[in-house]
Amino acid sequence: MAIEFFNEMYQGSQVRAPYARLEDWMRAMPAEFRQMKQAEAEALFRRIGITFAVYGEGGDPDRLIPFDMFPRVFTQVEWHRLERGIKQRARALNAFLLDVYGRGEIIRAGRIPARLVYQNAAYERAVAGFTPPRGVYSHIVGIDLVRTGPDDFFVLEDNCRTPSGVSYMLENREIMMRMFPALFRENRIEPVDGYPDLLRRTLASVAPAKCEGEPVVVILTPGHFNSAYYEHSFLADLMGVELVEGADLFVEGGFVWMRTTEGPKKVDVIYRRIDDAYLDPLCFRPDSMLGIAGLMDVYRSGGVSIASAPGAGVADDKAIYTFVPEMIRFYLGEEPVLQNVPTWQCGKPDDLGHVLDHLAELVVKEVHGSGGYGMLVGPRSSAAQLEAFRARVIANPGNYIAQPTLALSTTPTFVNEGIAPRHVDLRPYCLVGERIELVPGGLTRVALTDGSLVVNSSQGGGVKDTWVLAE
Amino acid sequence: MILTVSHATTYRYSAPMRGAVQSLRLTPSRFDGQAAREWQVEVEGGIRGGSFRDGAGDRVEGWSVRGPVREVTVRVSGQVETRDLHGVLAGHRETVPAEAYLCASTPTEPDAALVALAQEAAAGASDALDRAHLLAAAVRAAIAYRPGATHAHTTAAEALALGEGVCQDHAHALIASAHVAGFAARYVSGYLFSDAAAGAQEAAHAWAEIWVNGLGWIGFDAANACCPDDRYIRLGSGRDAQEAAPIKGLAMGPGSESLEVAVAVGASQQ
Repeated sequence: MAIEFFNEMYQGSQVRAPYARLEDWMRAMPAEFRQMKQAEAEALFRRIGITFAVYGEGGDPDRLIPFDMFPRVFTQVEWHRLERGIKQRARALNAFLLDVYGRGEIIRAGRIPARLVYQNAAYERAVAGFTPPRGVYSHIVGIDLVRTGPDDFFVLEDNCRTPSGVSYMLENREIMMRMFPALFRENRIEPVDGYPDLLRRTLASVAPAKCEGEPVVVILTPGHFNSAYYEHSFLADLMGVELVEGADLFVEGGFVWMRTTEGPKKVDVIYRRIDDAYLDPLCFRPDSMLGIAGLMDVYRSGGVSIASAPGAGVADDKAIYTFVPEMIRFYLGEEPVLQNVPTWQCGKPDDLGHVLDHLAELVVKEVHGSGGYGMLVGPRSSAAQLEAFRARVIANPGNYIAQPTLALSTTPTFVNEGIAPRHVDLRPYCLVGERIELVPGGLTRVALTDGSLVVNSSQGGGVKDTWVLAE
Repeated sequence: MILTVSHATTYRYSAPMRGAVQSLRLTPSRFDGQAAREWQVEVEGGIRGGSFRDGAGDRVEGWSVRGPVREVTVRVSGQVETRDLHGVLAGHRETVPAEAYLCASTPTEPDAALVALAQEAAAGASDALDRAHLLAAAVRAAIAYRPGATHAHTTAAEALALGEGVCQDHAHALIASAHVAGFAARYVSGYLFSDAAAGAQEAAHAWAEIWVNGLGWIGFDAANACCPDDRYIRLGSGRDAQEAAPIKGLAMGPGSESLEVAVAVGASQQ
């Protein structure tokens, strides 16, 4: 089965407008120069020590993720539509969270089955009935998108907890500007370096009502052994806030305090990069050493804000994903700007029948899986692999969803033989606080293996700088 | 009835600790069956933290104690006016829907024996309420009251296999079998006034609540083969004993902990 892939740079022999200048740049670059630059980029990444895996991808935490120097480009018009769709989705996901921890109107209205929400492992009874400042649960929404045509974008998944990888967006740009300053004079590219400041302002805007004066924001990390520790310290640095571990904080008198050399300092907003289960041993896992005992009591009595809010994960589950278009209609009264990938729930008998009949054409994923593991790409699997996977699905249908194999767009990528098209996806980072903000850009992941549709870094994926052209 | 409660819990540490933090669920629930006339919760030498009513309707209070500390005492005292509502939790306000209590947690994970117990017990039931009563009776018959036979982390399946346990085990086993029978069910902690040396009773008590459509949450005390009446004071709920614990605490430091509890519940007729 031959699938037509949309090439973001070429349509036949024609170069699409946004890539016109890059065509000249590419043609004018001698191979030795390119190799030299590639080595330079790698040395720069190593020097800054950015070697972590994107959230949940697994793999060797100290391995350098390959950086591809060929930028991925969007026009202003393309971006505007993406921006509208992403912000719309971020608003709907937050409205959903506020609702399911409140009156549950969308469930009463019969638009989402109660079971999917209230029996979901990510639903936290501990925060039901509590409204976080400004009603925001997910302050950083990472939305994974793929493109299949000039105007066709699909949302692969939503990340409402602590989507990582934004440091790549910032570093990729930084390194490109350092290595190819001329490119940034020839092309008018929207900047992304305002992200840390926007993030700090977003977090400050959700400080609790009890906060007086300028809110104190901290980033809570599980520690240096965490694969994304680099990103935690990088963001703390750029935002000008403290990077803390659980042991640096304590609760007293209804507030959270940070130990400093000048004595305890009150903390108003915690941007946590640890999972709900580890936040507070008195409320969640009693054996957690990473969190702060008593934190949830302070949070629920309005003494501190936590971003993302505990319980936000119930909105980004793969089973809930199917209902996001419905959320957009229900809460916003709008039609979705960005489409979902059609999804079959193997837990439904009809869907299961379809999936088993078409296994060789579909992508099948575990409901709670991530990182491209526990996943079947039908068209690229052997008969034996298909049969093995079929048995797994039949044994536990509720654990799987299936989607059509998407014809992911390609962009030119530097490979050993020169330049070749490789498949890409996109993760933009939408900020939700007093306002909804989106910097023009995101993290483009690229499948470096010829023909591969899996962009995860744990499976041979790399990253690219992502441009939005100013008109 | 007017019930008078005096409850002291003391944690002693073998070495001085750097500090302690507690989350207390020690205030009587607000519903038609009970109203606190006066009620005090105090952690000796502690600093009161935030307090709030959670999604399940429970009043929660955070406390902390600065170190060095060798001993922490939580004192509860007060008077509650109670009425017999035959176990029905009428007039209780909460946000968490019953559907959130359909899933098991570790201690209420059903095994084959619990599934069999629930299926046999519920077989001849005339309606949902009857089925819930039959489940409670079956759990009572299968697990004899014997203090010391089980421990804090014994699961429902283990207690059933043993055939012995205390109120916590009865509650866990009833929750597990109610889940098997398709009910939402949860764990409740509270106090019980005992007017005689009637054996199967503990002043610091626990029981289960089962959701019956049309009636709402109904308490079932399998340990005492009855539904909570005016001898009971309800404090808080959760999926299991750990979640519903009236005191959750953590002391920071190297010392080991020992616990001493004194509870007295007295009654005076109005």
